[in-house]
Amino acid sequence: MLHRGRSATTNVGAVAGENRHPLIEARGLVKRFGELAAVDAIDFDLQRGEAFGFLGPNGAGKTSTMRMIGCVSPVTDGSLRVFGLDPARDGVKIRGRLGVVPQQDTLDMELTVRENIVIYGRYFGLPRKELGARADELLEFVELTERANDKVEPLSGGMKRRLTIARSLVNDPEVMLLDEPTTGLDPQARHVVWDRLYRLKRQGVTLVLTTHYMDEAEQLCDRLVVMDKGKIVAEGSPRQLIERYSTREVVELRFDDSRPDDFSYWTDGLVSRVESLPDRVLLYTDDGDAASHGIHERGLVPDSILVRRSTLEDVFLHLTGRSLIE
Amino acid sequence: MSSLTLALRPLEFFLTQYKRVWRGTAVSSVVTPVIYLLALGVGLGVFVDRSTDLPNGVSYLEFVAPGLLAATAMQLAMLESSWPVLSAIKWDRQYHAMLATPLRHGDILLGHQTFVAARVFMTAVVYLVVITAFGAVASPLGILTIPVSVLVGLSFSLPIAAWAAHTQTEVSFVAIFRFVILPMFLFSGTFFPISKLPAPLEAIAYLTPLWHGVTLCRDLTLGDLQLRSGLLHLGYLLMCCAIGLALARMTYRKRLVV
Repeated sequence: MLHRGRSATTNVGAVAGENRHPLIEARGLVKRFGELAAVDAIDFDLQRGEAFGFLGPNGAGKTSTMRMIGCVSPVTDGSLRVFGLDPARDGVKIRGRLGVVPQQDTLDMELTVRENIVIYGRYFGLPRKELGARADELLEFVELTERANDKVEPLSGGMKRRLTIARSLVNDPEVMLLDEPTTGLDPQARHVVWDRLYRLKRQGVTLVLTTHYMDEAEQLCDRLVVMDKGKIVAEGSPRQLIERYSTREVVELRFDDSRPDDFSYWTDGLVSRVESLPDRVLLYTDDGDAASHGIHERGLVPDSILVRRSTLEDVFLHLTGRSLIE
Repeated sequence: MSSLTLALRPLEFFLTQYKRVWRGTAVSSVVTPVIYLLALGVGLGVFVDRSTDLPNGVSYLEFVAPGLLAATAMQLAMLESSWPVLSAIKWDRQYHAMLATPLRHGDILLGHQTFVAARVFMTAVVYLVVITAFGAVASPLGILTIPVSVLVGLSFSLPIAAWAAHTQTEVSFVAIFRFVILPMFLFSGTFFPISKLPAPLEAIAYLTPLWHGVTLCRDLTLGDLQLRSGLLHLGYLLMCCAIGLALARMTYRKRLVV
């Protein structure tokens, strides 16, 4: 079993005290760099065992928030409690219970795959003789056993990511912080990473992740907040957010040449909202087939029509007027 | 948890990393002093000894060997605290891996500098063995050049690490090497007494940590140590280390805790 039984001596007291409180709690949390408020007074609570996501475009403040939770970036203002502890005072203790997968890999290219895990475990003060077995176990979990004695340098992006995940588990963390865990990976590699994270979640590890991929958020998160320009603009489960901020279905229209500036003549009464993007037009409606049929009858003939279900991308677009990935 | 316990962990990383390259550095730490001593102590020394009288009838070999030891400590410290520090921040980012664990920026600084000190220590031991084999060590006090070399190394590596944690690019390292380290190497009493320098340069030479290190090493290997001047050199080197440590703690915090 990957997850060792938690030793009663170290965790019982802490757990008993924490069950009444959220695992992570932020109130009016602010991170400023000079004039810029990267995180602008946000509130959120995170419960043990949930998979919680920060969804937003680049520059929304996701990474700054993660770095504050990870106790590597001091809080500018507001309050933050992780395991009920204050990052400013108890950073060493908190970090000892976290597993961090940073946005940019920090693996050592010169060391072997296995050495990377062992030395990382030493940073937590874990005994070397325990770490050998632990490293083997973790490498098996991320399917890198065969590469154990290879250098990190020639590994593929997906393998490096998996190694970073394995490494972050070396201290048997209660919470994993994953900053854009699959950015830059090909679709197949992403699915392997998702599968491993899903297994961890089932084992009871609390996952906190940032992403600008709506499918990633939908796949992994029980609950998420949408961030834009340092603020939280919506909060809920992926399903709730779609129900609250979007329609059941979306009709995507594409035009090769010219297209009308104003769609109201064709869409009035048929759809609840129209979003005109540079490359396509989105019609929000609960019945996509009826809507596409209706505009066709009124004489609008786009070059392509696609009816699909609403996604978090649509929620984000509605809330901010912008796409997630620009 | 005490800072020293935590500092041992990054030290372990740098030693693990060093294990991959130690053979190469071991060879060069033996070959380098041999080459220098053959060329300067033996080769050039023949001419110097014929035309000049160094104080107390000391041969040029005996004069230059302890100077080279101290200067080598300086150069090694420069190498180990410039690129590796910036790389651990910017390119290979090992410091960031450490910061995500219980380690703090101060532990990382301490651990990395302990590694540099260990490197200087090992190199100084080899150097001392070689110069002893060349017959350039007259006094058993010469053994103390090892800790002194470590101190010389730290008096450079700490301020250089401070700079490396501050700078954005590596271009300044070449400039530091060319305009600070190299002139010190040549003009801080390693190859000739600084009394031969023009007065203003001589005054500057007194301020360099290397001169204090060279002089102290030389007094030790020649068995010529005066307590008062010895303590003065030691105090000066310690002061440089203390200033360097304070600066490095500041720049490490500014760069890594954002």
